[in-house]
Amino acid sequence: MSKAEPPAIVAEHLVRRFGAVTAVDGVSFRVEKGEIFGFLGPNGSGKTTVIKMLTGLLPLSGGEASVLGLDVRKDPETVRENIGYMSQNFSLYSDLTVTENLTFYGRIYGISNERLRTRMEKIVELNGLGPYLNRLSSQLSGGWKQRLALGCAMLHQPKLIFLDEPTAGIDPVARRQLWDLLFELSAQGITFFVTTHYMDEAERCNHVAYIYYGKLIADGTPDSLRELPDVQPPGTYRVEITALQVTRALRIARTVPGVRRATIFGQSIHALINDDLDPEHLRKRLLEQNIVVAEIRPLAPSLEDVFVELTYKHQSQIEAARA
Amino acid sequence: MLNPFRGFNAVFYKEALHVRRDFGTLFFSLIIPLLQMFLLGFAIDTNIRQISTAVYNADGHRESRELLDRLRNSDTFRVARFVENDRDLTDAIVSGKCRVGIKIPVDYSDRLLHQMSAQVLVLIDGSDSSVAGQAINVTTSIGLDESLRRVLANSNRSFAVDMRPKILFNPDSRSPNFFLPGLTAILLLNVTTFLTAFSVVREKERGTLEQLFVTPVRPLGLLLGKLLPYFIIGFVELLMILTLMRFVFQVPIHGSVLLLAILSLPYIFVSLSLGILISSKANSQAEAMQLAFLTILPSIFFSGYIFPRETMPRFFFILSYFVPATYFIDITRGIILRGAGWQHLWIDAVALSCIGSFLLVVAARRFHNKVIMA
Repeated sequence: MSKAEPPAIVAEHLVRRFGAVTAVDGVSFRVEKGEIFGFLGPNGSGKTTVIKMLTGLLPLSGGEASVLGLDVRKDPETVRENIGYMSQNFSLYSDLTVTENLTFYGRIYGISNERLRTRMEKIVELNGLGPYLNRLSSQLSGGWKQRLALGCAMLHQPKLIFLDEPTAGIDPVARRQLWDLLFELSAQGITFFVTTHYMDEAERCNHVAYIYYGKLIADGTPDSLRELPDVQPPGTYRVEITALQVTRALRIARTVPGVRRATIFGQSIHALINDDLDPEHLRKRLLEQNIVVAEIRPLAPSLEDVFVELTYKHQSQIEAARA
Repeated sequence: MLNPFRGFNAVFYKEALHVRRDFGTLFFSLIIPLLQMFLLGFAIDTNIRQISTAVYNADGHRESRELLDRLRNSDTFRVARFVENDRDLTDAIVSGKCRVGIKIPVDYSDRLLHQMSAQVLVLIDGSDSSVAGQAINVTTSIGLDESLRRVLANSNRSFAVDMRPKILFNPDSRSPNFFLPGLTAILLLNVTTFLTAFSVVREKERGTLEQLFVTPVRPLGLLLGKLLPYFIIGFVELLMILTLMRFVFQVPIHGSVLLLAILSLPYIFVSLSLGILISSKANSQAEAMQLAFLTILPSIFFSGYIFPRETMPRFFFILSYFVPATYFIDITRGIILRGAGWQHLWIDAVALSCIGSFLLVVAARRFHNKVIMA
């Protein structure tokens, strides 16, 4: 292509106030074409508000946003023509069949009957909806509903698709299949903006951002976030401690000097410890309290570790600012 | 480039599918009003006839029997029992077995023969004011009539003033003629308001409304696409009600049916707007149901459907001007009973259009602020 394509989304200092409450506070990020962008954060932290601002539903209280090179404030209609959106409850009409749901969304986007037919064939093939065309969407299982909803959202060949918690309440197999599909589509150049609560899904994104009570506190590739100095301060490393009686072990491990932070992950403990703390010393201290440690091994931080660290840091900054 | 009706076709297509798929709901929403119509049309009679009456005839002569015959022939009284003393007469009323007790004294015929005034005691149960009123009117007028005939019988003079009342438009005072045109307004309001409110609230419950806002559908396209199917249903309902009224209940339509159909359009518009307004407030179908019922009560009581507006206290009389059914009842009774034309009724159509537009604007604003922005 001759001219450089604009990024899929550019958000600059987005602000949204509801009365005295600032729900979104100076959020900036950039999503390149073809990326799978994971947008994470606790409930009520402003994820949905950001989506509503980017789709032109909520006016911005401040800042600027452009989607597919279009100014959201000036041209929300054209933005909505060119994006797809799938909400977490899949927003299908339960008393309409698969074909009727697709036809409805096709007409909404003003697709001509002829093109609609070829697009529907394509989508049905891609999503494997073939056997269910005349079934009411209320009779589909969660995974198939989600595929149909995704089909409805991409019927008009949008270049950017917003998925608001696409895998909430879906079985693991359907979840994996959805992600396979997303990768396939993103290879074709479609950009995805995905919100999720699942950390394993976040790990699959090629770009993640974390919003915490209206402020963006992380933005980058999963690997670059793992190497942030806040996550991995100089002179420290992470270990996984596998032991029986993990809850007691956690209590004791936290009292050992040199252990900065420790949390339980299933049957083991993830700990951030100083370089000068010898793992053998830690093992001995635990044994003194009758806790047998099976293994202590170095560990790369998970994205969950990253977000926990960044949240702690953010909270301590807020507290420091108050004091 | 921007088409303000964008999405109208798609929404209409979908809404029509909902209606077809959910045929049961549609069927009942159309049939139940017709059943109500049958019940009210056959069961309610505002004319008071055949009041059960107890008689204590202490006299028993020919004059007293003639008086009783005249009371019977008025069609207002039905002699349910004869009693033999004052105590039984009172008891018949207290026990609720009779509404009226008539005592003809022992000297009734003697006094008449001697050209003296004869008194007849009429006891009336006042617990139902319309029955009591009717009993008073009929007994006093029979008394007056009887007296005059006796006075005039001895001279050659005729009645000085002869009142000849003539009831226009509903000469037999048939109750269906009075009730059914008004009922049309109430039923139409029910059906259309409920259906629209439900259709929007259902989309809220499912979350599909939220989805629609993120598509290029324009608000006007969405609204009209949703309303049009129910507009058609409301109109069909009106035609069904009119057909039943005309051919089953034999209510003659004196005016133009076409005019009635045209003037019903602004009223259906009001009902639909009301439905949209309800749906902007309600988040569940149960909530919508409660709010819709709230709109029905004023339509029944303050519209003149049952109680005449003219006798209402001033506050409620003014209130009745804000009830859409008031105007449509004026239209239906005007056209059906009095044969009124456009020149008499245009003001009602204007009022309805104003109320409808106002409601729609309020509903649209509420939608924008409470549903999209929330």
